[in-house]
Amino acid sequence: MKKEDVPQDVSALGKITKEVCYATDSEGKYVTELSKGWDVKITALDKAWEDIDVRIANAKQKVLNGEASPLLFFIEQGIMDISLLADYTGFWKWQIKCHLKPGVFKNLADKKLQRYAEVFNVSVDDLKNMKVHGA
Amino acid sequence: MELKFNHIQAAHCENGVTTSLLKNIGVNQITEPLAFGIGAGLFFVYIPLMKINNGPVIAFRTLPGLIFKRTCKALDIPVVRKKFSSREKAEAFLQQQLAEGRPVGCQVGVYYLTYFPKEYRFHFNAHNLIVYGKEEDNYLISDPVMETTTTLTSYELERVRFAKGALAPKGQLYYPVTGKPVTDEQIKRGIKSGIQKNVQNMLHIPGPITGVNGIKFTANRIKKWRDKLGLKEAGLYLAQLVRMQEEIGTGGGGFRYIYGAFLQEAYAYNQMDEMLKISQLFTQSGDLWRTAAVQAAGIYKGRLGSQEDFNQMGDYLLEIAEIEKNAFTQLNNLKWNS
Repeated sequence: MKKEDVPQDVSALGKITKEVCYATDSEGKYVTELSKGWDVKITALDKAWEDIDVRIANAKQKVLNGEASPLLFFIEQGIMDISLLADYTGFWKWQIKCHLKPGVFKNLADKKLQRYAEVFNVSVDDLKNMKVHGA
Repeated sequence: MELKFNHIQAAHCENGVTTSLLKNIGVNQITEPLAFGIGAGLFFVYIPLMKINNGPVIAFRTLPGLIFKRTCKALDIPVVRKKFSSREKAEAFLQQQLAEGRPVGCQVGVYYLTYFPKEYRFHFNAHNLIVYGKEEDNYLISDPVMETTTTLTSYELERVRFAKGALAPKGQLYYPVTGKPVTDEQIKRGIKSGIQKNVQNMLHIPGPITGVNGIKFTANRIKKWRDKLGLKEAGLYLAQLVRMQEEIGTGGGGFRYIYGAFLQEAYAYNQMDEMLKISQLFTQSGDLWRTAAVQAAGIYKGRLGSQEDFNQMGDYLLEIAEIEKNAFTQLNNLKWNS
């Protein structure tokens, strides 16, 4: 890539920091050049988030339909999977699979709900009602 | 308390941490491309049947931690690396290093890294940064992918040092130990061993999924993605490929440009004309990786989508595989005078 061809399409990161790219100058020598972003990878990242948003919406619908407990919604919301949630909460994966059933979830002790709520950064009430907070 | 420390921005976090920590102990010759090349950083692997974030597992560089380890080893610099089971001990050890005047590298997870934009925060645990001081409750952070230094509260730093999941950092912290000055002779030897290791990794690992073979393997898979996965899922897979190739840290073209820069810098130590020519092959390869990325974007944006378009995408990768095979074969045949 030639130095003058380093793209400057402003990405979400580009607003905070430019990134270092390696490119060649007119004599073919490698130099570094800062880039604000590149349209090709901005759309790649957008694609990934579109997919995540669809997953979150589907999870929400499943919970509303009574097919899954609110945990499913928070797992998708946190871009997690069962194994990562197990690592964060200290529950076994089979326990989480069990807690994903609405009937089981409804009867969970507050102490266990609290462990989930902490990881998802919400209150126990919010956990039950699928309410989210920022970061 | 703020230690005397120079923030250096780099394309890739581990190269940057390696370069900065070495400079900090007086080893000034090691640039990002030299660290990447001596550390044999270039790689390719596609692991089928496994998924990350519901997409394919593809990497353009070697395993996290190896660049720092190999580069220091090649330069005869001892390294201290520690993991912790207790958060308290992890923080106490960090504070002790700072009190002794020593900036340290930390492996962290990105998901809770507050100064990154939300769009970039996935559960990726092999990011690296340097802690170089503490003021009140704020740790002073030099993150090599950022233009300037930043800070994290002690709670925020603890959270990223103890992120969970694959490659969990477990509070991991590391630094090179100050020793004798590094000679040009050592760097020369490091360049040679780094290149040889990289030739090994790209040409001679058995099996179809790594190195040049891995690129061909991926090329042929891509041609089947449209039928096998459907257009939408195939688009997501290609988007993931592009992110691994171009997302913050590769310097462009899936690290191929950094490797090209490395060979130019290596030439200054070895004066083998072939190195400059081979460097051009990596520029060519990087350019073609980016052409392939544009093709992929055409597909995931919905502008392209026929089987023909997927074949073209696969053919770009086959062409890349040939260029890199040629480049690494030439590197393998270099006549080293020492």
